[in-house]
Amino acid sequence: MTMAQTAGAARTFAQGEPIIQCRGVHKWYGEFHVLKNIDLSVAKGERIVICGPSGSGKSTMIRCLNRLEEHQKGSIVVDGIELTGNLKNIELVRREVGMVFQHFNLFPHLTVLENCTLAPIWVRKKPKAEAEEMAMRYLKRVRIAEQAHKYPGQLSGGQQQRVAIARSLCMSPKVMLFDEPTSALDPEMVKEVLDVMIGLAEDGMTMLCVTHEMGFAKSVADRVIFMDRGEIVEQNTPNEFFNHPQSDRTKLFLSQILNH
Amino acid sequence: MTDNVHTGNVPTGSIPDERPPSNTVGPVAWLRNNLFNTWYNALLTILIAWLLFKAIPPLLDWLIFSANSFGTPPQVCRQEGGACWTFVSEKLRFVMFGTFPYDEQWRPLITIVIIIALVLASCDRRFWKPWLALVWIAGLSAVGVLMWGGVLGLTYVENTLWGGLPLTLMLSVVGLSVAFPVSVLLALGRRSQLPAIRVISVTYIELIRGVPLISLLFMASVMFPLFLPTGVNFDKLLRAQIAFIMFAAAYMAEAIRGGLQAIPKGQYEAADALGLNYWQAMGKIILPQALAISIPPLVNTFISFFKDTSLVIIIGLYDLLGTAKAALSDPAWRGFYREAYLFIGVIYWVFCYSMSKYSQKLERDLRRGHRR
Repeated sequence: MTMAQTAGAARTFAQGEPIIQCRGVHKWYGEFHVLKNIDLSVAKGERIVICGPSGSGKSTMIRCLNRLEEHQKGSIVVDGIELTGNLKNIELVRREVGMVFQHFNLFPHLTVLENCTLAPIWVRKKPKAEAEEMAMRYLKRVRIAEQAHKYPGQLSGGQQQRVAIARSLCMSPKVMLFDEPTSALDPEMVKEVLDVMIGLAEDGMTMLCVTHEMGFAKSVADRVIFMDRGEIVEQNTPNEFFNHPQSDRTKLFLSQILNH
Repeated sequence: MTDNVHTGNVPTGSIPDERPPSNTVGPVAWLRNNLFNTWYNALLTILIAWLLFKAIPPLLDWLIFSANSFGTPPQVCRQEGGACWTFVSEKLRFVMFGTFPYDEQWRPLITIVIIIALVLASCDRRFWKPWLALVWIAGLSAVGVLMWGGVLGLTYVENTLWGGLPLTLMLSVVGLSVAFPVSVLLALGRRSQLPAIRVISVTYIELIRGVPLISLLFMASVMFPLFLPTGVNFDKLLRAQIAFIMFAAAYMAEAIRGGLQAIPKGQYEAADALGLNYWQAMGKIILPQALAISIPPLVNTFISFFKDTSLVIIIGLYDLLGTAKAALSDPAWRGFYREAYLFIGVIYWVFCYSMSKYSQKLERDLRRGHRR
């Protein structure tokens, strides 16, 4: 794809077109083939849970969607913009795609409120007062507004992850990516984070979530994707996926995670 | 101990708190734990106590009790034997200001005050705003006007006449404040994704670090003019200043790189994922954290460069150490080197110790609340 086409492609998709479109995506880490021929299309408002054994490439796949990882073959179009080496386009995509990490990755030298207002002020060029007002709104929504002036290090893991979600929401993203958001949490804190995510799903946010929380997948997802060894093995509605898995690999995986 | 735990009788808070056994707290216990805990430590303690007992009384005697107070003529001092503080009072202005015209020495004095005021103001985090840079530019311009003169009715003073503390402060403060931003760029360059920038940064740092500062100063004063077309004359002080900046920048870049490497990858990813561009991510997320981590090695560099300014004596500039040495070459005052070096040693120490103390405070302030 040439530069002119890339620029022309910006923001031209019509209603009903997928917000994320991956075609034949491959990725290698050195010699290791991590992603193999990924075809994925995500509609607006769709809630997708991605599961699979560790090392199956699920995190790598969603990290390709905001170019934290670079794919080497195939095409990824997000919000009408193709992800290439063009830095400007990458920044445009990242504005519209929020990401929540396994280890929260809050900025420890900034307060909770500053964590939330930084990107709106510097990337969206919002006035400080407006950014703070919006940040407080989202912090209320994740029920942590009273901690706004604390530093991340003073909060528990669950609280930090809720702040991380609020920080992403402050950019008013069109898509939210969750990369194992509850895996680093103590068990008693998983629910508070999942509750926030369920609330977000109910409000119609487009979500892609890599998670091992099968309860969340059953109750929230529109579609469950199962990945193994770099490929998408199976995808279906949660009901079909859990009750009538098609492939043997899926059956094996489900038997391993559900019967313990 | 372990037996108690495993018998099943886990204490549930019904046992009242007791004081630790008296032989484990208090000064006697401290002495036993720290000074006399083994036979060889006890031996060392006694040996050092004996050495101190031998060394301190004569030192105090020379410094204070037998010292000749200000005003005692040098001949008397020589007979009496104690420290001759007249040297300091007599040579104070020469040591402090060098060969700057005697009647104009209020100008370097104000220069010292301005530079110290600038540094002190910059120590307060509330002043860490963009306008501080303007204050610095204004302050350093004032310093330039005061030292050179030639305007506002001030007589012109050639910079070969500058010397003493103002020269030391100017070389180090100007040097470090210019070298600091350069070193940040070098440190970022060394970790850049762009091969050309990385190669340039690495080459620069490794080249400069691999050369002694003295040879760099020699090059600046002797070799550099050879490359210039005849007639073009580059000021010697400026050349020394540039050599210092180049050297300090390379060292500080490595200190900052250490800080950059300590920042977890997740911080870069989170900044990227929010759509911050490179300079925003560096300026708002990575550098504030990396520089805070780099404070100890940076201050180490600051302190050593403050003292290394004394090397300019080899290219014929008279900084504080140079003027002290020159003062000793006065035939009337020959031989009072102990007083001279002690005096400037104290001046250097006051500056360096203040830097060290301030850096400790800054470290504490920056760490407060951040990480658990």
